[in-house]
Amino acid sequence: MTDHIETDVVIIGAGPVGLFAVFELGLLDIKCHLIDILPKIGGQCAELYPEKPIYDIPGFPMVTGQGLVDNLMAQIEPFHPTFHLNEMVESLESIGTPEAPRFRVKTSENDTTFVCKAVIIAAGGGSFQPKKPPIDNIEAYEGTGVFYAVRRMEMFRNKKVLIVGGGDSALDWTVNLQPIAKRLTLLHRRDAFRAAPHTVEKMRSLVAAGEMDLHLGQVRALKGDAPVLEGAVIRKDDGSEFTVDCDVMLPFFGLTMKLGPIADWGLNLHENLIPVDTEKFETNVPGIFAIGDINTYPGKLKLILSGFHEGALAAQKVHRYVYPEKKLLFQYTTSSTSLQKKLGVAA
Amino acid sequence: MGVIHVTDRTGQRHTLEAIEGWRVMEIIRDWGLPIEGLCGGACECATCHVFVDEAWLDKLYPPTDEEEDQLDTVVTEPNSRLSCQIIWTPDLDGLEVTLAPTGA
Repeated sequence: MTDHIETDVVIIGAGPVGLFAVFELGLLDIKCHLIDILPKIGGQCAELYPEKPIYDIPGFPMVTGQGLVDNLMAQIEPFHPTFHLNEMVESLESIGTPEAPRFRVKTSENDTTFVCKAVIIAAGGGSFQPKKPPIDNIEAYEGTGVFYAVRRMEMFRNKKVLIVGGGDSALDWTVNLQPIAKRLTLLHRRDAFRAAPHTVEKMRSLVAAGEMDLHLGQVRALKGDAPVLEGAVIRKDDGSEFTVDCDVMLPFFGLTMKLGPIADWGLNLHENLIPVDTEKFETNVPGIFAIGDINTYPGKLKLILSGFHEGALAAQKVHRYVYPEKKLLFQYTTSSTSLQKKLGVAA
Repeated sequence: MGVIHVTDRTGQRHTLEAIEGWRVMEIIRDWGLPIEGLCGGACECATCHVFVDEAWLDKLYPPTDEEEDQLDTVVTEPNSRLSCQIIWTPDLDGLEVTLAPTGA
């Protein structure tokens, strides 16, 4: 077997609930690694609403999404968790027994393998993935004529490129790919862009100089014998349609969340959520826990505070798997010298 | 009291009792129709995208810049709105919306 990382717990998802689980596990001397598909820590709080105020975190009359993440990071700092960002868990395989669970967890991007005693799924709505526009048969062109990200710019040299969208990704790639593309067309639904102003200006000057095209409208259909893309049918707001010739189309419609590979791990699912018990928040597979927005149970509320509670209770059961011989003594951080030592605050 | 009419993605029309002060997204979700509402109504995800029947468009508050920004991330029609940004009031009794298609 190749190199792998041996740890107590792998937490899938580095959102607020996954982060607080690190704290609860840390107090019980349980080490963990966190894996997240995003390039940054904080999940939806950091990706969807970093600046939005949250009013229902106990003890915080108001905190922003990013503020909460920053505070959680400070809170778990004593436990030195290891983060693996930009990675998606591809497979989760049970290699132990129900009494002594062990798991092999593999990620896609760097092909990292973890071996651990428990897995906590704190994946919220699933993994963030590029939004795919609802266009008939678009899948048939993916990887040949349709791309949701640019991995190598060279792939687009001398190609007729259609970029769709009005945000930073769309505008950045417009100005970056325009010099090497045979012809670049930008399509957006309206003549307003929520990208960096200088990039928008640059795009407008390229259009004014006749070096690229800008159209307003929506893609209605794709043309060409799949997987070879030849063009896109565009509908304008007035209902008229025309075709843009293109070899590749790059839709940049932001991110959405998909359950992804979690569906293939042998877990019971109920409408894309993972049923758990309300004592340990364990799934149907002993040793695999689900906390936060991704789980479901009678009375479930999708609140961050519920996820914190779930993490604390799951940690108790995880302790039994990680230290089967040790009896767990319930302690408070206010009074326990041993907990305070772990937090680095003992007198 | 009043209702909204929601056509789902299979073309079936549902009449749902509405509650004053609720977001149309919340009414649709509460009745169990397939609307994602991923961000919970914060105008941050566009997964509650609907098409509003033309007759009702003018009765709604126009979209904010924030809503327009989110509409940029889906394939829109001229009558596209985010249902989390429509707060139901008795003026909207009988509102007709259609759930927009979602990508794969």
